[in-house]
Amino acid sequence: MNRYTILVYTENFIGILNRITIIFTRRGINIDALTASESRLDGIHKITIEVTVTDDQIKQLSKQIEKVVDVIKVYYFMDHEVVYQEIALYKIPIESLDPSLEKVIRQFNAHIIAAEKEFVVLEFTGHKEDTQALLEILKPFNLLEFARSGRVAIAKPKFSITEYLNNQT
Amino acid sequence: MIRGADIVVRSLIAENAEFIFGYPGGAIMPVYDALYDYSDQIKHVLTRHEQGAIHAAQGYARVSGNVGVVLATSGPGATNLITGLADAQIDSTPLVCITGQVAAHLLGSDAFQETDVIGLSMPGTKWNIQVRRVEDIAPAIAKAFHIAKTGRPGPVLVDITKNAQVEFGEFNYEPCFGIRSYRPYVKINPTAIAAAAQLINDAKRPYVLYGQGVILANAEKELKEFLDKSGIPAASTLLGSGALSQDHPSYVGKLGMHGNYAPNLLTNQCDVLIAIGMRFDDRVTGDLKRYAKQAQVVHLELDPSEIDKNVKCAVPVLGDCKQSLPLLTDAVNSNTHHEWFEKFRELDKEEKAAVMSYDLESTHGGLHMGEVIQLINQFKDENAILVTDVGQHQMISWRYFNYKESRTQVTSGGLGTMGFALPAALGAQLHDFKRQVICVVGDGGIQMTIQEFGTIMQTKAPVKVVLLNNNYLGMVRQWQQLFFDKRYSFTELENPDFIKIAEAYKLRAVKVTERHELKEAVAQMILHEGPFFLEVVVEKEDNVFPMIATGCSVEEVRLS
Repeated sequence: MNRYTILVYTENFIGILNRITIIFTRRGINIDALTASESRLDGIHKITIEVTVTDDQIKQLSKQIEKVVDVIKVYYFMDHEVVYQEIALYKIPIESLDPSLEKVIRQFNAHIIAAEKEFVVLEFTGHKEDTQALLEILKPFNLLEFARSGRVAIAKPKFSITEYLNNQT
Repeated sequence: MIRGADIVVRSLIAENAEFIFGYPGGAIMPVYDALYDYSDQIKHVLTRHEQGAIHAAQGYARVSGNVGVVLATSGPGATNLITGLADAQIDSTPLVCITGQVAAHLLGSDAFQETDVIGLSMPGTKWNIQVRRVEDIAPAIAKAFHIAKTGRPGPVLVDITKNAQVEFGEFNYEPCFGIRSYRPYVKINPTAIAAAAQLINDAKRPYVLYGQGVILANAEKELKEFLDKSGIPAASTLLGSGALSQDHPSYVGKLGMHGNYAPNLLTNQCDVLIAIGMRFDDRVTGDLKRYAKQAQVVHLELDPSEIDKNVKCAVPVLGDCKQSLPLLTDAVNSNTHHEWFEKFRELDKEEKAAVMSYDLESTHGGLHMGEVIQLINQFKDENAILVTDVGQHQMISWRYFNYKESRTQVTSGGLGTMGFALPAALGAQLHDFKRQVICVVGDGGIQMTIQEFGTIMQTKAPVKVVLLNNNYLGMVRQWQQLFFDKRYSFTELENPDFIKIAEAYKLRAVKVTERHELKEAVAQMILHEGPFFLEVVVEKEDNVFPMIATGCSVEEVRLS
């Protein structure tokens, strides 16, 4: 089993995300994380899926996804082939603020992005291992809430969707 | 400006749809109202259930090669299509299904007969779309036809809200010729052709397995030419039957769980396996871990996701086999494989002695299903179409029917849908009243869609329905006998008087219980001009052999 990042470029079509996720559901494969947004190209959406599967499974999955009519192109990468980040937010009660917390914030280079009467919200971006490490440290500070995004990723190997679209067979 | 409902009908006419198989209801009523004005340009067939409509459309599509068109209302009308969609999806049958939907402003409000048809049909369609505005109707239908019939065909569903059907819009039909995200065909890679030819030319015991992909690609002639030159033995999958005439010298039989003995057994003795337009279904391969491990596999296939899905191949030849086969034919040496063929012939003798003599040549005891099929062979036309349901009768019919021409085989292969045959035969017959359409069913399956006798009565489609009645859900009973210690749990049926039912629907009906009556009854049926119902009471506890039991290897195919 390996961790893979699947990049799916699709038309902006209602239901496309559902069509893609049922491919995983049917095979009993859990999606570790998923993000969807517009790509840099007008009308083309980019879905980033993180999944832990075997080599055979990733090949079959990517072919099944590419078979979906409104999917333009699918790429998949191992972790070392992508540059990726995840953002995490941590809500901490005011009472927990003390010098030891300041040290943690400095150490991680985290940001306080909101300060309310009863709590502050820290923001920290990195790989899952990093945001998880900070989470473990903050737990004793009576952490109130935690949220982490799915992976956003850019592939290191060169490919161009524009070029692909221009090369109609 | 015309109504959206008229746009629906005129779009179907623009796509040269000959038939609509359907059933009216609230949310599709505007389209039905429009149909009233176009009955001279498009024929609507009113079935007795939406499942009947979609199976009829499948039967029509399978024999004609055209897209089958289905019309149904929202809610239960649409959910009744689901089995047919799943069936058409797994058997790659081109369909365009149009369902009515509640008005757009009611979507998500649990309105009367509202259901999430898009969500429900998603796994069972190649593509689906909901249309909520009149101006989107024609482009959606154009795209639907393009997607249904190109590449690997499949069912497509267009759900149209009622408001879009009654609004007025411009009609200017533009067929769809391409979608940028959808590339149904790939260029044939010459390197792959060369590599495949090399393997084939070096092979001592090459072996061709062909499937429905050959028929869907209209590549029957190309397959024949490839086999004529290469002289390689060739075996058929269930849905591939008819792609090659069984009289062709290369033809060695049928593959799979109830296929022929030699073709299964020798799969594990070939050195190069050439799979053409087939997907290595588990009913063909048996245990994958012990399937053709000694062979190098060449896979000619249109759908990239089929490559390496079940069987790893040495040389994938991606693309339309109508194009790849002639290239391969050019690149392979002329050859004959007499010794290799001889192995098939030897094993055929064993099958004949152990199975066929019982199935076909018994002179006493109850009638066997095979005898009926053999008599049908005697009287049928070369291009007669055989439509079967699912179960023992399906496997026996397939084993013994003499396939001479393409598109003469209609059955539910991948999904195994009981109840498929009667409506599918109706659809197949409507395509051409002059073709013989013989519908073989079991006493279980016929009762799942028996109401379609009504549609046969109303359309006067001269379908010949042959009921092989053993008063059991025979295939399940066979498994219970072989693998569940003869515990016949809920497989024996108390059946109605089928003759009375058929006669109530104005079918000519004959029942045969004795061997000496059979020949005349079959002849009478084939010669009869209108629809005919022949019930043959067969041996209650016959089994279908050869058989590869679940989990067994193809070489463990058993004769008894």
